Amino acid sequence: MRVNFTVNGRPQQADDVWEGESLLYVLRERLGLPGSKNACEQGECGSCTVRLDGVPVCACLVAAGQAEGREVVTVEGLAAYARHRAGRPPREDPAELSPVQQAFIDAGAVQCGFCTPGLLVAADDLLEHNPDPSDADIREALSGNLCRCTGYEKILDAVRLAAARAGEAG
Amino acid sequence: MDFLRPGSWEEALAAKAEHPTAVPIAGGTDVMVEINFDHRRPEYLLDLNRIGDLYEWGDDAGDVRLGAAVPYTRIIEELGGPLPGLALASRTVGSPQIRNRGSVGGNLGAASPAGDAHPALLAAGADVEAASVRGTRLIPVEEFYTGVKRNALAPDELIRAVRIRKADGPQQFSKVGTRNAMVIAVCAFGLALHPETRTVRTGIGSAAPTPVRARAAEDFLAAALADEGLWESGAPVPPALARQFGELAAGACNPIDDVRGSARYRRHAVAVMARRTLGWAWDAYRGRERTARCA
Ligand SMILES: Cc1cc2nc3c(=O)[nH]c(=O)nc-3n(C[C@H](O)[C@H](O)[C@H](O)COP(=O)(O)OP(=O)(O)OC[C@H]3O[C@@H](n4cnc5c(N)ncnc54)[C@H](O)[C@@H]3O)c2cc1C
Ligand code: FES
Ligand code: FES
Repeated sequence: MRVNFTVNGRPQQADDVWEGESLLYVLRERLGLPGSKNACEQGECGSCTVRLDGVPVCACLVAAGQAEGREVVTVEGLAAYARHRAGRPPREDPAELSPVQQAFIDAGAVQCGFCTPGLLVAADDLLEHNPDPSDADIREALSGNLCRCTGYEKILDAVRLAAARAGEAG
Repeated sequence: MDFLRPGSWEEALAAKAEHPTAVPIAGGTDVMVEINFDHRRPEYLLDLNRIGDLYEWGDDAGDVRLGAAVPYTRIIEELGGPLPGLALASRTVGSPQIRNRGSVGGNLGAASPAGDAHPALLAAGADVEAASVRGTRLIPVEEFYTGVKRNALAPDELIRAVRIRKADGPQQFSKVGTRNAMVIAVCAFGLALHPETRTVRTGIGSAAPTPVRARAAEDFLAAALADEGLWESGAPVPPALARQFGELAAGACNPIDDVRGSARYRRHAVAVMARRTLGWAWDAYRGRERTARCA
């Protein structure tokens, strides 16, 4: 079947999609967007987290056909999404990162990086709804994302850093 | 495989009548795992995401009529007042990503004994609204679970909504697992005090082939509370009484040994959870009574 939906602001069409295929597979294997990672295909690890009509979901648990006509934001579109949300004009430098991405780098929250795309999408969603989260809020918001490398402390640091920078800027 | 994408409830019922083997998919948090792991290759997937009615809830006399596909996140945000037990249970489901997609209709469809909505629905009192092109029927939730991962739906039926009694007293939910997120219950317990009818209802998860009520424990407690005039006095529940309530709740279990826990552990844990949830709920009831008397 054919699936039409919007990914990172751009209309996309995927053809020859098998009816039982996941949104994650379509993104990675048919649309050439390998940012969302595939680690478990059962909703346990969160490395495939994307926004579906604004809501963070595991892309591995959305049937491709369910995305028809919907808007998806992946880690590849996060920087543009964050700029748009902040009411700023589109990026001139395509390498410019979103504030959450920059904070992950600055805080040393990335090791192998496999969990990072999902964590970024989840953390960005948290800060969108709660600009000044408590540690408990951060833990809760990221509880569906597993990391086998960092021990999570640097990830918490990164989210606190992003929140603090947004607070100073705002 | 065919992907059926009805745009309205009527179309969905017609599609299910025409293709009774079609597998409905709402949040997909059970269905997609089965497909990804090749445990299931349905001939037809019946997508419910486009049916707006399933994502709404409304007041219906003393009930909340909860659309089958309303995700847990919205139950937590919007229904903590009338459905406190279900909102508590919803908070323990999976992770934010899972709660953003997963639904009570899906929990009922899967009918896993470990589903977290079940103890809360049993304790609150609820009917499953099952519909087909032949008409609509209400199935009391205790009759809905017919076996391990089996339910009372006919092949041409879909769940339209769940009608859940609005709370008339405190409700509690407790779940045993290895951590706070992403945990299938080792076992779970829901409890609702119903001061208007002077009754208590319970629900046990993951400790029998299906979710069950602990009826002997409910009857014992209701009688004891009445005998001692505790509903009126708002005095504490005597510890011996709470303990016996817990033991009777454990007696309602018919658990198995599996990787998550032994049968013996489950029985013990249910007794402890029954006693504790009673303590929490009764404290809340007494708090309310005291406020009411002072006002
Ligand atoms: C990582 C992870 C963690 C989880 N943690 C928990 C947990 O803590 N507690 C818990 O209870 N569950 C948990 N689950 C299981 C699952 O999320 C729940 O059972 C959820 O309620 C399913 O809802 P859904 O809308 O996603 O269902 P779906 O997957 O869409 O459907 C589930 C079943 O119900 C049927 N169905 C769906 N809607 C209808 C309808 N309207 N009428 C008839 N049949 C229907 C489907 O055909 C299917 O058989 C978890 C799952 C994952 C992947
Ligand atoms: S790959 Fe989707 S949650 Fe792990
Ligand atoms: S950095 Fe390796 S899994 Fe998180």
